Amino acid sequence: MSDRPVLIHLEHVSKSFGNSLVLDDLDLTICKNEFVTLLGPSGCGKTTTLRIIGGFERPDSGRVIFQGEDITGVPANKRPINTVFQKYALFPHMTVEENVAFGLRIRKKSREYIREKIDYALKLVNLEGFEKRMPKSLSGGQQQRVAIARAIVNEPEVLLLDEPLGALDLKLRQEMQYELIRMKNELGITFIYVTHDQEEALTMSDNVVVMNQGYIQQEGSPQKIYDEPENAFVADFIGDSNIIRSTMVRDRLVNILGIEFECVDTGFGENRPVDVVIRPEDIVLAPEREGALNGEVTDVIFKGVHYEMCIMTGDFEWIVHSTRRSEPGSGVSISVDPFDIQIMNIPESEDEEAVKLDI
Amino acid sequence: MRDRAVNFITRFYLLLIFLFLYSPIAVLMVLSFNDSRSRVVWGGFTLKWYERMFTSPHITDALVTTLALAFFASLLAVLIGFPASFGICMLRRSGRSVMMTLVNIPLLDADIVTGISMMLFFMRFMELSFSSVLIAHTVFCIPYVILALMPRVEAVDWTPYESALDLGATQPYAFLRMVMPQLYSGIISGFFMSLTMSMDDFAITYFTKGAGVNTLSTMIYGEIRKGIKPELYALSTVIFMAVLILLLAVNVATRKKGGETGEGRAY
Repeated sequence: MSDRPVLIHLEHVSKSFGNSLVLDDLDLTICKNEFVTLLGPSGCGKTTTLRIIGGFERPDSGRVIFQGEDITGVPANKRPINTVFQKYALFPHMTVEENVAFGLRIRKKSREYIREKIDYALKLVNLEGFEKRMPKSLSGGQQQRVAIARAIVNEPEVLLLDEPLGALDLKLRQEMQYELIRMKNELGITFIYVTHDQEEALTMSDNVVVMNQGYIQQEGSPQKIYDEPENAFVADFIGDSNIIRSTMVRDRLVNILGIEFECVDTGFGENRPVDVVIRPEDIVLAPEREGALNGEVTDVIFKGVHYEMCIMTGDFEWIVHSTRRSEPGSGVSISVDPFDIQIMNIPESEDEEAVKLDI
Repeated sequence: MRDRAVNFITRFYLLLIFLFLYSPIAVLMVLSFNDSRSRVVWGGFTLKWYERMFTSPHITDALVTTLALAFFASLLAVLIGFPASFGICMLRRSGRSVMMTLVNIPLLDADIVTGISMMLFFMRFMELSFSSVLIAHTVFCIPYVILALMPRVEAVDWTPYESALDLGATQPYAFLRMVMPQLYSGIISGFFMSLTMSMDDFAITYFTKGAGVNTLSTMIYGEIRKGIKPELYALSTVIFMAVLILLLAVNVATRKKGGETGEGRAY
């Protein structure tokens, strides 16, 4: 993300509605031509962040810097930013064509220019031939495409997308994910995408910003967020995970549930309590007594690609993904590669603690 | 057998209700075509009372006053009630219920109290005239406009407004294009309710009107003291028909709209 020039910078942005603080001293940098996803549970402040960038909310404090200029007080209609709203927000009394042309007509573009742009945009979203239809006669997915077309004809520098796929069914959602990536590459503009769906975030983004309770929990590439979560909230929110309170014995050695495991992390000190994250698919199962930790299978669910198993070792329940089924009640043994053990600091501040309890 | 009896009784009852409601009006309508000043003798069919009605400056003046008063009072009430509904909607719960109670008081208050208090108020500050009646009518019409508009304002979908802003529209333009269409039916029903209330009013008009200003209701009241003239039958028939047609038109219009959007009728 650092090799691209900075486009938007939110500086110490705070916002509250009534008594509830939605964003607390948020700092966020978004680079040009990046696909950024704000990911988090509902009420985490992601939509408010988007609305502040779009100009629909004013922060209580802090600044919004766009290409080096302070645009905090600039109204939505004067920003080179367009939004695709959650509920599409198409104009119900206008045809598809009129919807798409709305922004261009306001900018008093020539008739030929508008015609050309409509054709281009509808082609981009695969809706050629729908010009004269009314929004009501379109399916959810089609309406969403019209909303995207309506936004991009204005050639914005940034496209904001507020859970645009939320109302679509699974199959359509997956198709649209590919479509969005394609559109982003074709248009070459910045996408800021808000979702609570971690799969969407991981699939499409260059950069994922995980948010909770008005704070940024972690920022980074999808791989980094998944493989190296910085705290228990991120680990738990992104994918399934086993989070175990453990002790860091020394560099590269951690004591998990009384057994010492080799790991690759350093710099956590000696004999310090830490949280350990191990992804369910990273756990290697072996016959009883052949691995590091012995346990008993308590539950097995078939998930299609793999089996999801619950394994009790002592009083800790592990979630394990494996393509091989072990019978409930049978004894197994668990081991983990050093690379697959992710060490995290235990939250210190109250805010971070609150985050953890909220999971 | 029993069903049939019940059916008959309910229908008969309904018929009775309509008979009581409408037979006096029917008698009046018949009398308006009666070529005789007597109320009990049928002297043959005539349209002369209608002719006299339209040539009597007395009546036509009152008609013009009534219509002008109703129109302008409703217009002013909409202009004032429209921003008021938005204001009340933006209030928090406690402030809103206080405002709504204040708005409702003039509706529940006896007309005669409103009328007399307004008269006293106007006499202190201005001459009683057409404008004092206009102010009085506007004031008592505002609550009707607010009542008709509030549910619409509350139900406004602001997302098209926001997308219009997002696409570069100015706030007034976005409001006009995206929010107003959602409010037209509320504005129209508020306007027509005001119109009806204004034309219907007697007490408040009677106390706040200046000398020489007469609406139909105050004019008829004055005339009746001198004895009932058959012209008044004709006038009442015309008013009744006008209101009936207006009501039917509004009903048909709102039903058509309601079918499209799945909403109920306004009346």
